[in-house]
Amino acid sequence: MKKQKKKSEFLYFTLRNRKLRIGLTIVLFFLVLSFIGPMLARNAPFAYVNPNGAQPPSSKYWFGTTFFGQDVFAQFVHGLRATFLVGIVGGGIGTLIGILVGFTAGYRGGMVDEVLNILTNIVLVIPTLAVLLIIAAYLEVRSIPMECIFIGFTAWPWTARAIRAQTFSLRTREFVDLARMSGMKSFKIIFTEIAPNMMSYLVMAFILQFGGAILNAATLDFIGLGPTNAISLGLMMQYAVLWGALQLGSWWWFIPPGLAITTIVGALYIMNVGLDEVFNPKLREM
Amino acid sequence: MAVKGHKLCCPTATYGGERLLRHKSILIDFQDGGNVRRYFGRKLLIYALTFFLAVTIDWLIPRFMPGNPIANMLSRATVNVENAQVMYDYFARVFGLDLPIWQQYLNFWIALFHGDLGISVYLFPTPVTTVLMRAVPYDAFLLIPSILLSWYAGNKFGAFAARSKWLDNTISPLGYVLTATPYMWLGILFAWFLGIVLDIFPIAGAYSFQMRPHLSLVFIGSVLQHWFLPFASLFLVGFGGQAIGMRNMIIYELEADYSHYLEALGAPRSLIRKYAFRNAILPQITGLALSLGVIVAGALVTEVVFSYPGIGYLLLAAIQNQDYFLIQGCFLFIIIGVLLANFIIDIVYVIIDPRTRRGMTGETA
Repeated sequence: MKKQKKKSEFLYFTLRNRKLRIGLTIVLFFLVLSFIGPMLARNAPFAYVNPNGAQPPSSKYWFGTTFFGQDVFAQFVHGLRATFLVGIVGGGIGTLIGILVGFTAGYRGGMVDEVLNILTNIVLVIPTLAVLLIIAAYLEVRSIPMECIFIGFTAWPWTARAIRAQTFSLRTREFVDLARMSGMKSFKIIFTEIAPNMMSYLVMAFILQFGGAILNAATLDFIGLGPTNAISLGLMMQYAVLWGALQLGSWWWFIPPGLAITTIVGALYIMNVGLDEVFNPKLREM
Repeated sequence: MAVKGHKLCCPTATYGGERLLRHKSILIDFQDGGNVRRYFGRKLLIYALTFFLAVTIDWLIPRFMPGNPIANMLSRATVNVENAQVMYDYFARVFGLDLPIWQQYLNFWIALFHGDLGISVYLFPTPVTTVLMRAVPYDAFLLIPSILLSWYAGNKFGAFAARSKWLDNTISPLGYVLTATPYMWLGILFAWFLGIVLDIFPIAGAYSFQMRPHLSLVFIGSVLQHWFLPFASLFLVGFGGQAIGMRNMIIYELEADYSHYLEALGAPRSLIRKYAFRNAILPQITGLALSLGVIVAGALVTEVVFSYPGIGYLLLAAIQNQDYFLIQGCFLFIIIGVLLANFIIDIVYVIIDPRTRRGMTGETA
């Protein structure tokens, strides 16, 4: 009974929050587009369909064509898929590792915490991109799932830190002590007593990892270390710059991918602010 | 839903995310109170371990990745036959694949301390260290002003935004959009619109191609003109993140007990804000250290867009030419640069925060 009331209250504030509504709508819009877009596109992303080379948007080619006569719309929607894949899988891996390390360090404390803390700080200081770069440079064939894994494995430290700090403040609470006294296993205490109390935090961490993974992937793709067998929004921008889209004025080639990334990541950030307000009543009036 | 006393109030922004989701305790914890010696001892240990790890990665990856980098490199590099043979012998010797593994590893470190990072294939026969040393000044020239100015302006602006609801509603969304913008895209837009369409700024190189570097007003003018757009795109993205970070920190500080106490005493709002600002500055310094990796990545791609001859531009060339020594050298230089910057920020932090000097421990989580 009480639980149900709480749930509807949560839903009420979720729907009432304008930031959350706007952010969610934008993200869902692009998500749907990434699903149905490839069906709408009449051409394969790399097929040379327009013998006239670069042409502005028209009824035949909705987003125009590239210097090579490739359909920009087809590339865009396929790239959008890659973007969401990297965001969800890469961000998901990053969050998961962060959660595991954070919970272990925060709950165990002592020596385990000390070692994990040093590890976290090391990975935190190393510029992520530099590591991705050196790994990616030596791989001759790169795929999007591989990119997700690399990004996830280098992006976790800040999440681990945040979750460690939260766990630290929760583990001395009475209800956790009680669970410990009743002989519950540590693993179970973490997932049934501690985790539910910071669910909001975990969700927000995932959203930020999501956005971060998208931007990291775009950077990696742009510098020439993206997937070798697929298209992505970052690769579109790289091709556009390398093949003189700027000088030729083919704005339709480089504006859509960057705009989509900015809008999606911006919407994710705004969603995050909205979620923060929903979870934290103190912020609602501000 | 939220636990009592569980302050989720301050997610702040830059795009690695590290500062979007944070509250003060995490950042204080990173700086880790204690006395100065302990503080630096800990930091130096972490930096030393990081450097060790980075060098190990640098050594490990070419040796244990699938494929034959030497053959790859030579097949891509367009050199004539006798050069190819010389290069093959050279690489085989440098990789020292006939030696035992530990010997190879040790030799790698010894070479490193002699400043020997191998020879560039793409700019054969220039040593990698020389190539990188030529690029570093450009990076410093681009990064230092953009980091410092965006940090300063972002903090001022963010504190200003926290003043009223109206300002907050107009400035904050702008900050979020800026910090969500991929660096290269902002660079591309600038290069296209200001460089090509309006033709106000040059979009390639560090100075005009017709000039040779010399000391004159015309040359300095050309350098500044070429510098401005890459600088502006780095500055703006950084500015957005810093402004959001400061805004959130100030709101957090204004909710703190001391602010309420001052308010109850009848202190003027400007005084309370001043205190809030001073308290918010410390986590912002830590935040800057944490976002350095992202800023450096941003600089790399921005240099690619503007063909600005820093490490990012070199890196692209190295990747396209499969110049592995140069890639490895870039990697090490980036790591060393970030570690140095972190260390400088640590020193600044100690100078600014009196608690670290007096051996008082900050609040911990």
